[in-house]
Amino acid sequence: MATAKTRVEKDYDDIPGTYVFDADRSRRGYHLNMFCMSLMKAENRKAFKADEAKYLDERFPLLTREQREAILKRQYNRMLELGGNIYFTAKLGATDGHPFQHLAAVMTGSTQQDYADLMLRGGRPVDGNRSRSGKYARAASSIVKDSKPKQKASKGKKRRG
Amino acid sequence: MARIIAGVTSSHVPAIGAAIDNHRTNEPYWQRVFEGFERSKEWIAKAKPDVVIGVYNDHASAFSVEVIPTFALGTAAEFPPADEGWGPRPVPVVQGHPELASHIAQSVILDEFDLTLCNKMEVDHGLTVPLNLMFGTPKEWPCPVIPLAVNVVQYPPPTGHRCFMLGKAIRKAVESYPEDLKVVIFGTGGMSHQISGQRAGLINSKFDHAFLDNLTKDPKKLTKLSHLELMREAGAEGVEMVMWLIMRGALDDKVDEVYRFYTVPASNTAVGHIILENKIKGGKKTSAKPASTKSASRGKKSAPKMKRAAARQKIERVRS
Ligand SMILES: [Fe+2]
Repeated sequence: MATAKTRVEKDYDDIPGTYVFDADRSRRGYHLNMFCMSLMKAENRKAFKADEAKYLDERFPLLTREQREAILKRQYNRMLELGGNIYFTAKLGATDGHPFQHLAAVMTGSTQQDYADLMLRGGRPVDGNRSRSGKYARAASSIVKDSKPKQKASKGKKRRG
Repeated sequence: MARIIAGVTSSHVPAIGAAIDNHRTNEPYWQRVFEGFERSKEWIAKAKPDVVIGVYNDHASAFSVEVIPTFALGTAAEFPPADEGWGPRPVPVVQGHPELASHIAQSVILDEFDLTLCNKMEVDHGLTVPLNLMFGTPKEWPCPVIPLAVNVVQYPPPTGHRCFMLGKAIRKAVESYPEDLKVVIFGTGGMSHQISGQRAGLINSKFDHAFLDNLTKDPKKLTKLSHLELMREAGAEGVEMVMWLIMRGALDDKVDEVYRFYTVPASNTAVGHIILENKIKGGKKTSAKPASTKSASRGKKSAPKMKRAAARQKIERVRS
């Protein structure tokens, strides 16, 4: 029998910098996400902003200590680790009046400007960002014919122009 | 009988909705995105669908973490825009098609796809942004829309294969509906993007182009992509591209790609858009090309021209 502590290994844990919101995280993050959901209402946003700790303690007493701290400190990656989902935590960012790219900058450890520039340059490349263990570092997609990590040859790739 | 004449894929980036709502579509950054849909608006004005089936996902608006339906079909008469935290989008209420929706529900469930049915549901940017991109900002949406919400928020979403097969079942359902209706099916979301964690900002254009190529020519190949591969190559949130396969499953095996557009970025996301038409079979007009039907009588235009124009309008990696 599986105990509460059983942790099944997930193949997607190998993807770096990624917290896949699966049923385990959803279960553990339930109150965290429900807190974020409560921020959909203007009156709740107001109450939260007036006294954040009080709001959490009174309305979401089942938050874990870690979750509570991550919320108050706006630790967005930590929230994801503790079962938060980005579509929910984004509501907290919006409550603070931040555009989404502010959150993205926080999560990626950069400034909002640097993050925006990264996107304008075409985003974060997948090469070098595939695998924590290195096992899939050179894995390519089964649908991309030419996907050697070296970009050189790709110019010659047949693309209907 | 009702027929699916075409399929459309479109990203549903919330920032696109915000750009529309805040009248910022003329800014160069956004122009680049909206320009890509100009021809699409002409196309759909000519195609004049009687009903749109909108495959999309909810983003913690109508559904929370309390109940997570994998496939939720909207059978209501109307679907108000959801308040996503800053008031509902100022877009028209989506009018449903309860009769066709109920018919689809019944047919598809008996075909062993266990849908959740929603007689009351609000719809978020996931559905309304593609409607804007295709129809602009009219006072009322020009036709009824049947929303099909797919869970792609909590892992695992349905497999690409399951989505593809659901598309086939939907097509069968539509074709057994007695009324003559032209149906266009939208698959929304994508393309590559990751908006969470340290890897946020991931874009994989090579993968996106390959996905688009295969969507037209060899969609079965796409049904074999594992979620792991999709997330690794196209980003944790890019996995939502499985929704496009519902659209594709509802079309003929062989289709005409009449338009394609791709640009990076819209906010944090690669925007991909494609229009696929079912071929017209024999003498039987599927109305797949109302454009050509009309142009036959009103002077030649559009369809072939558009196809050439479609000859790769691709704007990529624009710098500011
Ligand atoms: Fe989405």
